[in-house]
Amino acid sequence: MTTRIGVEVSIALADAVKLANPDVIAAYPITPQTHIVEHLAELVANGELDAEYVPVESEHSAMSACLGSAAAGARTFTATSSQGLALMIEVLYVASGMRLPIVMALANRALSSPLSIWPDHSDMMSIRDTGWIQIVVENGQQAVDNTIIAFRIGEDPRVLLPVIVHLDGFNLTHVIEPILLPEQADVDKFLPKNRFPLPLNPDRPVAMGGFAPPFIYTETKFAQEVNLKNSKKVILQAWEEFHKAFGRKYLPVEKYHSDGAKVLIMTMGSSGETASVAIDEMRKEGMDVGQIRLRLWRPFPFEELREAVKDADILIVMDRAISFGGPGGPVASEVKAALYNQAKRPKVVSYVISLGGRDTTVSGFKDIVRKGMDIAARGSKNEYEIYGVKE
Amino acid sequence: MAKSENELTWKDLEIGCIVTEPGSARQYESGTWRSQRPTYDFKKCIKCGLCALYCPDGCINQNPDGYFEADLFYCKGCGICARECWPRVIKMVEEVE
Repeated sequence: MTTRIGVEVSIALADAVKLANPDVIAAYPITPQTHIVEHLAELVANGELDAEYVPVESEHSAMSACLGSAAAGARTFTATSSQGLALMIEVLYVASGMRLPIVMALANRALSSPLSIWPDHSDMMSIRDTGWIQIVVENGQQAVDNTIIAFRIGEDPRVLLPVIVHLDGFNLTHVIEPILLPEQADVDKFLPKNRFPLPLNPDRPVAMGGFAPPFIYTETKFAQEVNLKNSKKVILQAWEEFHKAFGRKYLPVEKYHSDGAKVLIMTMGSSGETASVAIDEMRKEGMDVGQIRLRLWRPFPFEELREAVKDADILIVMDRAISFGGPGGPVASEVKAALYNQAKRPKVVSYVISLGGRDTTVSGFKDIVRKGMDIAARGSKNEYEIYGVKE
Repeated sequence: MAKSENELTWKDLEIGCIVTEPGSARQYESGTWRSQRPTYDFKKCIKCGLCALYCPDGCINQNPDGYFEADLFYCKGCGICARECWPRVIKMVEEVE
């Protein structure tokens, strides 16, 4: 019988990685990801986890070591954040292009400059188009569950893609939450062995990462795109089977009092739970508001999003990053694009909130909903609104 | 490989473009890059093979008469062989249609 224990989310996530029984962990410490890899290093050093821990000299090396490890067919994990991710980016494209099922935990943090160690989604948005499957969680339990699920999705022979589990730095990594850590036997049943179909093997040599002249490059990228899009049904299946085995359910777009609601607020990441409290209070006050949470960022869940907002008149989208000189919030921008050609669609209001660790409180979300409704009614000359900036 | 490289569709590619056959680079015709080609005055050639040693492409082999000659399917026309050939056997000339 699994019991709920109070544990720091980073430690719980590392324990979830241990439950997945990885072969190789290659990582470089960076705030606020450090506790995850520190705990894994400890587990390996203590002999509690039989894995190679590769203490590399940079994040670029971390991801490069992960490439080699995954190419050899080893179950591979890494974690990073912000500047570390920025240093890794070159190799992220290689991992997805080579179809190597690496799992990474990303402790979301603002990008310098000015230096900020606090959470937002600017690092997440910088790697939007790297071709990784990207799941965004909003609490510690989801981080634990989806870390285990990520191995199953990425290593599925129908997928074979690297997977990122995004969790907000500090707001999630450093809080102590009551967490149900699954039993080893149940995880073993849920997570089959990694069987990469064409691993590096001296007895059956293959060449990986070759070059593609113009006559074939387009075909390689289209194959990658089709593969990433098709991964959604495997993701749905993995979530469904996780639900059956462990009782906790995940969906690409999760709903909270959203069916039939005329006003919706859309969140991604840890701010979602605060927004839910605001929704509760506003509904008690008689307002017709609901919430949708984007759990799956890549592949983008177009159908699920369209279905979830079909009855709404107003959709207020929260972003924790700015697309400088562009449309403002990257999530809102994609939501607008997904809905533009629909015959019936809500008015979309884009709000950039909570940059570099600034909290948006329950009353803040209520304020945003009121202002967002006003903007939807009156229109605005701005492409997006930025909440709480001091004027 | 059943299809030539130019006929491959996106559905024909191995996972992550993994190459499962050895020596697949042999199919790649790098000779199309060439703007100059080596020509030979074999009367001067002493068959020392320096040109073959210096060739960055490794495309110079001995012909049936034992003379060293570039395989124009691969030769990119860099001219290193002509520069290194001290008996002055090799001369680069412009590629013209």
